[in-house]
Amino acid sequence: MAAPVSGMAGSTSTGNATSFQKKPRRKLVSIPGTRPSVQNGQLLVSSGVSSLDYVIGGGLAVGTLLLVEEDRYDSYSHMLLRYFLAEGVVCGHELFLASARDHPDEIVQELPSPIVDDVAGMKISEGQSQPSDPENPDTMKIAWRYQNQPRVQPFTMDQQPPAPPNPFTALAVASAHPSFFRFQKRPLLPLPVPYHALLKSIQTVIRKEGFDGSTPQSKVRNVLRLGLHSLGSVLWGDDVCCKDNPAHCHALTTFLYALRGLLRTSLSVAMVTVPSHLIQNRAVMGRIIRLSDTAIALESFRGSEKETNPLYKDYHGLLHVRQLPRLNCLSCEVPDTKDLAFKLKRKQFTIEVSSQ
Amino acid sequence: MFPELNSILNSTPDSFKSSDFILVSDRRADASFLIHHHLSFYLRAGCKVCFLGLVQSFSHYSAVSQRLGVSLAQAREKGQLVFFEGLKNSIGVILQEDTSQETQPLSYLRTPGAGLEGLFRFVERSVRQSGDGYAGESWGPPVLLIDDLSVLLSLGVSVGAILDFTLYCQAAVCSELQGNVVILVRCEEEDADDDEEGSNLLQRGLVHQCNLALHVEGLPTGYCRDIHGQMEVWWRQGEETIYNQRKIFHFKVHDKGASFFARGTSSAVL
Repeated sequence: MAAPVSGMAGSTSTGNATSFQKKPRRKLVSIPGTRPSVQNGQLLVSSGVSSLDYVIGGGLAVGTLLLVEEDRYDSYSHMLLRYFLAEGVVCGHELFLASARDHPDEIVQELPSPIVDDVAGMKISEGQSQPSDPENPDTMKIAWRYQNQPRVQPFTMDQQPPAPPNPFTALAVASAHPSFFRFQKRPLLPLPVPYHALLKSIQTVIRKEGFDGSTPQSKVRNVLRLGLHSLGSVLWGDDVCCKDNPAHCHALTTFLYALRGLLRTSLSVAMVTVPSHLIQNRAVMGRIIRLSDTAIALESFRGSEKETNPLYKDYHGLLHVRQLPRLNCLSCEVPDTKDLAFKLKRKQFTIEVSSQ
Repeated sequence: MFPELNSILNSTPDSFKSSDFILVSDRRADASFLIHHHLSFYLRAGCKVCFLGLVQSFSHYSAVSQRLGVSLAQAREKGQLVFFEGLKNSIGVILQEDTSQETQPLSYLRTPGAGLEGLFRFVERSVRQSGDGYAGESWGPPVLLIDDLSVLLSLGVSVGAILDFTLYCQAAVCSELQGNVVILVRCEEEDADDDEEGSNLLQRGLVHQCNLALHVEGLPTGYCRDIHGQMEVWWRQGEETIYNQRKIFHFKVHDKGASFFARGTSSAVL
């Protein structure tokens, strides 16, 4: 819609000067590490794995929840969580990590570090003899191939501590110790105690650091990344994974509902892994998926008969996209195909369309 | 508002059936686009709308309705729309810090075994308010929209309590005030093991109550990029028709609407 024509009525306009005025451009909020989506203008952050970003429609929208159904031995889903946190470190986002199994400090020590692009690495080494002139056509070819690489740097599996200069602050790391809480007699809560404590600490962090816009912006706005490991497992005091008719069958779903509310009202992204292969009740799993926004499931071939299947010899497992969100718009990202497989090479976790 | 859906259902904002109880359900698909259709439809028709938004924030519905040509913020200011923000207000109740009167509708979160009486009182108050917009205009018959009802099952409310709630709503809105009710229920697969407390039971109970049922599912032949699913429309027998009518359409959801077509006539196929 053009800007209203001003000063045309009754006056002979000066020759070639047009009376259309350019509308002042709205100031876009620019937070480091985020970019607006091309479809609906949502603010997106990267999940740490560039091919996963592509599969879920460009990235994770701020204010949403990514649910990862763990594979059988929780190896690849744990790695996805670490990539998610490492991406947060590199972008300078705040991190919140909760784990009931490993101590969060140990997880933080093992975050992968980003790799440097190989072409840039060649230019840095000045003193060494570079294979330049006789192989000029080859170096040109390499440069052309790297042009098509996605912007996000893939990560290595190096066990170095996070060397990049961005200091991160793991704001609150909560690990549940159920025995501590049982000493006090508490009234009946809608949530069991570990979930209640976790939710309370997430809310405190969001309020205190101003992610929900409640405190006046004295500093640059930032995004909070929440990584919640293995929710629903027995270590969180929840028996939805071990019984057919659990006593707390609504605990995890109530927690996810409250977390959804917290995420929608603040600048935060959450990644939650759930051991879905242990949950016997399929109805509960369906509800958990519907309460999250993006949901993927990892199925690794390790230990199953698919490991020796020649069809899958290049891959380590299958990736199922269970749900994609429709945020602020009617339609959602519709993937081309649903046959996706992943493989973990030394430097990269890639997701591809499984051939055939 | 989707014009093609209006012609399928034989209704326009100027003339639609009153005292209608419409059930929108889906199975492993997403039928929320139909809720957006009904929201913009009834706002255009000038009805007083009470919307229980239990799973998404107000800004989500507002952004979608903007594309469909209706402004929710304006409607809320004028008093035409009463929006219940379930998601935002529930955190305080779940963490037990907010015990004020405003969270009375969310009493089902405090004690998981409780019923939905608080929520019903809220609905009753909202639809019975006489039209007192600033210009003194009175609105049309009241409409209750719920998105979505099956999330209450995830929060620990029993199927019986939810069905009681819908009966009370039907009595108050449809029978007394000649208004309409539109409810979204999301279901599991048909062969889920525990059906006693499942969403399938809820959906079956509501199908018996409703006049019109719209059921959205994926295509039975598998995933397709161009056809997003199929929608089954089921009309209960009325004054003119002797038997129940049932029709199936395929649909595709766009940015600004949805197109419906008869089976096999999608542009991808022809």
